[in-house]
Amino acid sequence: MHPYLPHTPEDIKAMLERCGASSIEDLFADVPEQLRLKGGYRLDAPMPEAEINRYFRSLGRKNADLACFAGYGFYSHYCPAAVEAIASRSEFYTAYTPYQPEISQGTLQYIFEYQSMIASLTGMDVANASMYDGATATAEAMMMAVAAGKKRRRVLVSATLLPAVSQVLATYAEGPGIILETVNEHEGATDREALHAQLGAGDVAAVILATPNRYGILEDLEGLADEVHAAKALLIINTHASTLGVLRSQGEWGADIACGEAQSLGLPLNYGGPGLGYLACTHNLMRKMPGRIVGATTDADGQRVFVLTLQAREQHIRRHKATSNICSNQGLMTLQAAVYLSLLGPEGLREVNETSASIAHDLVERLCATGRFRMRYPEREWLNECLLETAEGLSAQTVLDACLKRGILAGKVTGENEILVCATEICTPDDVRNYIEAVEAL
Amino acid sequence: MNKQLYSTLIFELSRHGRRGHSLPGYGTAKKFVLPEKFARKDTPALPEVEEPAVVRHYTNSSTNNFGVDTGFYPLGSCTMKYNPKINEAAVRLSGISDLHPATPDACAQGALEIYRRLQELLSEMGGMSEFSLNPYAGAHGELTGLMVVRTYHASRGEGAVRRKVIVPDSAHGTNPASAAIAGYDVVECRSLPDGTVDVEDLRSKLGPDVAAVMMTNPNTVGMFEKNIPAIAEAVHACGALMYYDGANLNALLGVARPGDMGFDVMHINLHKTFSTPHGGGGPGAGPIGVRKGLERFLPMPRVVRGDDGMLRVLDDSTETPFERTELDPLGRVSSWLGNYAVFVKALAYILSMGKDIEQVGPLACLNANYILNSLKEMYELPIPGPCKHEMVFDGLRDKSTGCTTMNVAKRLLDMGFHAPTIYFPLLFHESLMIEPTETESRETLDVFINAMRAIAREAAEDPETLKNAPLHTPVRHPDENEAALHPKVTYQSLAADEV
Repeated sequence: MHPYLPHTPEDIKAMLERCGASSIEDLFADVPEQLRLKGGYRLDAPMPEAEINRYFRSLGRKNADLACFAGYGFYSHYCPAAVEAIASRSEFYTAYTPYQPEISQGTLQYIFEYQSMIASLTGMDVANASMYDGATATAEAMMMAVAAGKKRRRVLVSATLLPAVSQVLATYAEGPGIILETVNEHEGATDREALHAQLGAGDVAAVILATPNRYGILEDLEGLADEVHAAKALLIINTHASTLGVLRSQGEWGADIACGEAQSLGLPLNYGGPGLGYLACTHNLMRKMPGRIVGATTDADGQRVFVLTLQAREQHIRRHKATSNICSNQGLMTLQAAVYLSLLGPEGLREVNETSASIAHDLVERLCATGRFRMRYPEREWLNECLLETAEGLSAQTVLDACLKRGILAGKVTGENEILVCATEICTPDDVRNYIEAVEAL
Repeated sequence: MNKQLYSTLIFELSRHGRRGHSLPGYGTAKKFVLPEKFARKDTPALPEVEEPAVVRHYTNSSTNNFGVDTGFYPLGSCTMKYNPKINEAAVRLSGISDLHPATPDACAQGALEIYRRLQELLSEMGGMSEFSLNPYAGAHGELTGLMVVRTYHASRGEGAVRRKVIVPDSAHGTNPASAAIAGYDVVECRSLPDGTVDVEDLRSKLGPDVAAVMMTNPNTVGMFEKNIPAIAEAVHACGALMYYDGANLNALLGVARPGDMGFDVMHINLHKTFSTPHGGGGPGAGPIGVRKGLERFLPMPRVVRGDDGMLRVLDDSTETPFERTELDPLGRVSSWLGNYAVFVKALAYILSMGKDIEQVGPLACLNANYILNSLKEMYELPIPGPCKHEMVFDGLRDKSTGCTTMNVAKRLLDMGFHAPTIYFPLLFHESLMIEPTETESRETLDVFINAMRAIAREAAEDPETLKNAPLHTPVRHPDENEAALHPKVTYQSLAADEV
């Protein structure tokens, strides 16, 4: 018998008797013969657990173990053991969406804590219970802004968003008929003059920017909110969450909606998924938010308790008129982020950023000193990710390949002669030295 | 659990100066200083707590939760089957999880093998030609699937005229919501008294303006749509596509394949049918499959095997996506290649089950019918069995006591069970939807059946107690109206209120 299936032949016999059936086949009498699976699936025999373990170990060996200097939206920060330990509690991970608050306070409480932390980090009034990833969170922010903007259909999107985010925006925009327009970049940052002109043309529901942007550059958004609001549009700022430990928050820039990827808050890389999309906004947009939201209330005994709330926005009530089709959140990832932020606190998160930035600036300085690189946008400020240009005659791919041979992922190659380099607090002095040596040996 | 100590929020444990994690702090020659203009002014209101207190806080909090590992979780339509532990162990292997998504293909062959092998296995069990694993959840799969439908019709010059998607009135709320977000007008079609789609009503709504018909089979009342061949024929005759919502695929494992029923596009919820944990709401995964001829409409990026046997990530997403026309390929719905960690778990499950996976549908249906036949004397069964993997009762048979489905559900919590899905589907006033799954033993079902019978007796003998349920859960019935009327969704607003 298979270890996940409890039915003995005696059980089956007794259960069929209760059903008044002579065989399980009788229960499928309504499935037309022509639709029946013939001859079974082409599958192997059940694999014993030890072999499954061996199989995945062998697959793991086909993935290279690399010192990671790549970012591009996903960041290799250290995941504390306590995060993993808590996320491994099966009372948490084998539960479903907390439909029954009386026996789901564990889930509801950590989502409430997560929402509170995200609201504070982003400087916004409220946050939802999370979205799939940073790109879809940005797409939901776009749809939310268009819904709030009544008949306005234009959304201005900076060219400096990560390409994957822009591509997801484009895919999502088509159904609702949203008109997306690129705001050009100037020297690696959003061209404010171009933006000004595009806003002036009217009918703009929202402006979407990112900081740090696709090149790692910190965008100067001074005065932007006023300009956007004067055009009666909403300002959406995408930021990857960890950097909010030190960077001026979306709220401090005057944004209406804050969104982005929060994988950097203690989640493993997992080859890009699951990530954690976050979405936060001002109070007056709260009822336009997509997704689950947890709120506080009291129970019949007067205790403070938590429940899913504002559900009148959602698909199971509103069906085709819902604010979004989303019906889940990244529950377990919000738990991990909440535990991570609880462990690090404001000081720890600041240190993660300062250490990462110091290592990154040191690395870039030393890489440029080899004469094989120069900074693509030397006038711009950046935190822990920087776009480099390779010297003439040296392709970025050559750098990448040479570093791979020494166990180093040198960055994300974004063009023939461009490589986006990133460092985090776990890049050791040895890793940095190996990287420099690999480049010097070219 | 000591409530005074541990029913707090993590913020209430915070004391300035404490911290729960030490960082490496590798020294560099120069310390980076962020220019004032870009630095945040306020300190984020994150808790400052030592590691032992953090761990105790969340461990205690977990004991206020009910999961599949805690007990029977008959939540209809959610397929709360056992989540095998080897799945979790596999994904935590460092060679598996510690991989950056920008890793060059040659250094990520293990990850790509996981993606490719799962694609192939799902294609086999779905009866489809090709799968994309990129969508993150069931609703995301529906949305992506409908975008595939839209791209297909546009490629034939019919994008502008095919504006409607038909969904049965028994459909999950996500179906109409996904269709609306994909830009379609939603048309509902009626169900017959036996819960299946009214084929005549459906036919009357078909025409050159229909893009797709979305169906769940077995449907949300647990009945097999036996007219599916005729429906598929009529839908295809009008040039529309058949979309299969895989929410209830568990019932058909080993029995029938959506592709063989005439479906063109489908999604699968890996967190239902393929045993990956629901995680308190996510991460899930909603891979979509397509029949032969539709492969090129799947989203980017894709995983393909080269002639040299190497697996590669194919990504022809454009750098100027806003200039796309409706004739261009679908593009992207995810940052990377979807919820990879979930794929690892689903693959571990399918390998573990192997050919035994063919018993899943039959045993899931046996369990459901066993419950149906054990409770139909006391609970109103609007649609006679046999059912498939789940059944819907319309509340207690004896309505004179005033006891509702809500009361029954809440009393089950007192007795150590999760509640069934309640007040869905919308076809009945007192819907109580029970899905046991195949991983539950006869003994567990017997205890549940006895509890349900005891509740029915209590409704007759002591209805007031029943109406006050739950009585023994960690917290009592919450005031949900208050939560919605005066929303307090952050600690900051809660603290401001309590002062």
